[in-house]
Amino acid sequence: MTIQFGNPDRPNSYIGKTVPRPNAPRLAQGRGRFVDDVVLPRMAHVAFVRSPYAHARIGGIDAAAAKAAKGVLRVFTGADIAEVCTPWVAVLAHLKGLKSPPQHPLAIERATWVGEPVAAVVATSRAAAEEAAALVEVAYEALPVVTDMMSALDETTPVIHPDLGDNLAFRRLHEEGDVEGAFAGAHKVVSARFRTARHTGVTLEPRSILVDWNPAEGQMVAWHATQAPHMMQTVFAKHLDVPESRVRVICADVGGSYGIKVHVYPDEVATAAIAKIMGRPVKFVADRLESFTTDIHARDHVIDARLAVDETGKILAMDVDDWTAIGPYSVYPRTSAIEGNQVVNLCGGPYDFASYRARTTVVFQNKTPTCQYRAVGHPIAVAITEGLVDMAAAELGLDPIEIRRRNLYADDAYPVTSPAKMRFEGLSHHASLNKLLELMDYDALRADQAQARKRGVHRGIGIASFIELTNPSPFMYGIGGARISAQDGCTVRMDPDGSVVALSGVTEQGQGTEAMLAQIVAEGVGVSADKVRVVTGDTQVTPYGGGTWASRGAGIGGEAALQAARALRDAILEVAAAMLQSEPGRLDIRAGAVVDPETGEERLSLEELGRIVYFRGDTLPKGLPRELVQTRHFITSDYPFAFTNGVQASYLEVDVETGVVTLLKHWCVEDCGRIINPQLVDEQIRGGIVQGLGGALYEEIHYDEEGQLLNGSMADYLVPMAAEMPDMVVGHVETPTKESLLGAKGAGEAGTAGAPAAVMNAVNDALRPLGAQITEMPFTPERILRALGTIES
Amino acid sequence: MNEIVRDRIDVALTVNGEPVEARVPAGQHLIDFLRLELGLTGAHASCEHGVCGACTVRVNGDAVRGCLMLAAQADGAEVWTVEGLTDTGEIADLQEAFVARNALQCGFCTPGMLVAAQELLAREDAPSRAEIREHLSGNYCRCTGYEAIVDAVETVATARAGKGGA
Ligand code: FES
Ligand code: FES
Repeated sequence: MTIQFGNPDRPNSYIGKTVPRPNAPRLAQGRGRFVDDVVLPRMAHVAFVRSPYAHARIGGIDAAAAKAAKGVLRVFTGADIAEVCTPWVAVLAHLKGLKSPPQHPLAIERATWVGEPVAAVVATSRAAAEEAAALVEVAYEALPVVTDMMSALDETTPVIHPDLGDNLAFRRLHEEGDVEGAFAGAHKVVSARFRTARHTGVTLEPRSILVDWNPAEGQMVAWHATQAPHMMQTVFAKHLDVPESRVRVICADVGGSYGIKVHVYPDEVATAAIAKIMGRPVKFVADRLESFTTDIHARDHVIDARLAVDETGKILAMDVDDWTAIGPYSVYPRTSAIEGNQVVNLCGGPYDFASYRARTTVVFQNKTPTCQYRAVGHPIAVAITEGLVDMAAAELGLDPIEIRRRNLYADDAYPVTSPAKMRFEGLSHHASLNKLLELMDYDALRADQAQARKRGVHRGIGIASFIELTNPSPFMYGIGGARISAQDGCTVRMDPDGSVVALSGVTEQGQGTEAMLAQIVAEGVGVSADKVRVVTGDTQVTPYGGGTWASRGAGIGGEAALQAARALRDAILEVAAAMLQSEPGRLDIRAGAVVDPETGEERLSLEELGRIVYFRGDTLPKGLPRELVQTRHFITSDYPFAFTNGVQASYLEVDVETGVVTLLKHWCVEDCGRIINPQLVDEQIRGGIVQGLGGALYEEIHYDEEGQLLNGSMADYLVPMAAEMPDMVVGHVETPTKESLLGAKGAGEAGTAGAPAAVMNAVNDALRPLGAQITEMPFTPERILRALGTIES
Repeated sequence: MNEIVRDRIDVALTVNGEPVEARVPAGQHLIDFLRLELGLTGAHASCEHGVCGACTVRVNGDAVRGCLMLAAQADGAEVWTVEGLTDTGEIADLQEAFVARNALQCGFCTPGMLVAAQELLAREDAPSRAEIREHLSGNYCRCTGYEAIVDAVETVATARAGKGGA
């Protein structure tokens, strides 16, 4: 049975419509339930003693003063925790050569970054725990520090983990076609060194966890601000030696995640270990400095890249040498090599060309570990690619639109395999670009730009085409040995009153997962959306699934929900057919009632059907199946990933006196396949764009040479605020994936993926007449003035 | 005098229209008092040093940062949090507009954002988009990109002005 998605007048049509989010009024009234809002009897609080050194040997730990402080219950060292918790090693088998040392929840012999937890103080209040943590004396012996990524592999650089032999975590070279030949024979070659700054997510709700261990039941319950509750269930079970069935992870409301909350954090595992040792609930909520020093960082890359084109602007070859540093450990269990790996996979992605070489070098250093953050690797790959494409256009005197038209994969070219060996099922680069030009009125903007220039005002237009990896299969992590689910499940159940409950393994962090699932289930069963209640984020009740990562909620979780909903519909109709002495195929469900599909006439309400099934089952034929609960699981199988595509544009003004960039407007056209709720998709894209704009203009974690983090507060680490952000126009092209009935691909990261490149190209478009160019993000006033030669390098 | 008495202070205030008497630790911030002692978990603590606006509540008519004010300083004050403003219906139109426009995603910033927005709307009849953005520039939102919030506040400003509100 297929759904006629094209027909807006179809019965129960919720898929494709903006309907309100059921959980929004609750949040708007301050009735959310975040981890820190949960209070349990006998609850204790933990605060961590963290290394002030980037690299130091840990000598004696003197906790006498802390233990004597008011309210303190216990103090734990790394050795204490190691007694109940095994260490982890964050490697994946398919990332060949990736290495990382065993990591403990609390450092035992050595601390390897500023902020690494070294000891834990448990007290009756958070304030008491924090005060006492300051009284713990640790005898540190400072060790040589490795901070610079480009010299991390030099002979003279100390090796952070002597057992690993060197500071190389991972290296991958991908080569396709005759790269050297193409460069040698090229009409023009453009090259540049790009830099993307270390970022962090700055989720407004800090990382939070509350773990209760009930020894009487042998059950661990963790209220956890996480994106992947089932993954965390598996991790806690494995490393704390509890049967998986006796670990329950609940993630109710989560205050922002963006990939930051999909990782295993030592202090969170330590909290679980402490709860297990103490046999009582223990809460940990990071403070803001802890967030800056211990939330994962990302995007710390330096890239040398070049592009070869012929006289017509046709791309011949691309050559990328990417370097990144990940801190002292690869982060469990996704590993910190994925970001560099993505750069290799994604560079050149929108373009049809033959010869490609990309290398990523991932090294260890004594800074906060880096790992996956929204649009992993994408903003880097898009900036490199789109930066070079614009430089080539400028060299050839081509308009940036024209060079893209000449190189983007044709919309009827699919399926194709890119030189990076990515397989594209169906993309719409040209249609998207055309739509973008229409939305932004490109010609009028160019005219405005020219006018402004006459007035001495420097405006720029930047375009960035991109691809985005969504709906991942086990090829992302599973084949590497990580227990991270790429499949997801949904259980859909009809209750006696005819209402429907859907339990899903994907999670809600504000992106609107629950609204999206409610719409799908409503349409799939045939009830109104307000009759559907969605339950997510509780491993004890939802089907095992992956949660939120790699923009998989709608594409994977949504398809599972649709299939489960259709199965429930069939089950209901089987019962109804028996009751109405009809055939299931001659009945339909619309607006909560079994109807005649021809006339739409109601034959039986679901409430009445529910009454009979649940309370007067004796009146139904013996042996009649009456399973008003159905579960379906979904996993993609034809393609490792469902790629989406899109294109963004930025219009901005550069003040050449001050170096300040003012964003005037931003556009994005995105093709995420079937759209389930247009408003939610648009707002995902807008939120994503703004995070990308932050990367382009403001966000940068600074360290000194000793590995001290210099801007560990919200006052010092700049993120976009309302006053600086532009209005954003969002448009769509819809190319549903054929892998599923629903046809949805992901939309959560596209905004972040393309925005920095669009801004970079716009700034350079503005600066080009002045002979200046910038490729190191963020584009701070200082960097712009240096490029202009106003201040010296 | 024992230590407990020395570092604790008696306060009497009204919170959401209800009288509250308590003995608070001298160093306790208002936001912690509201959240931990009164169970008013609507307003949130995020940066805990006055930058993000997640803890914004109304004290004696002004939107203030609950993490910068001590509970002891609230002695005699009139405090309103999102819970109370919800109960009185004062910000019902704003809340409705936020929901309709999807001006919240995770909702963590939202209680503070609403208190800040209401303060602006109480002062300005018809704030421009730039003024709205400026006024909210002390409130972080990492999810929405702000545009939806600006839209929602603008909608309410227009609607209230239309009713001849002020
Ligand atoms: S928590 Fe008070 S301003 Fe951030
Ligand atoms: S909605 Fe998440 S921070 Fe604003």
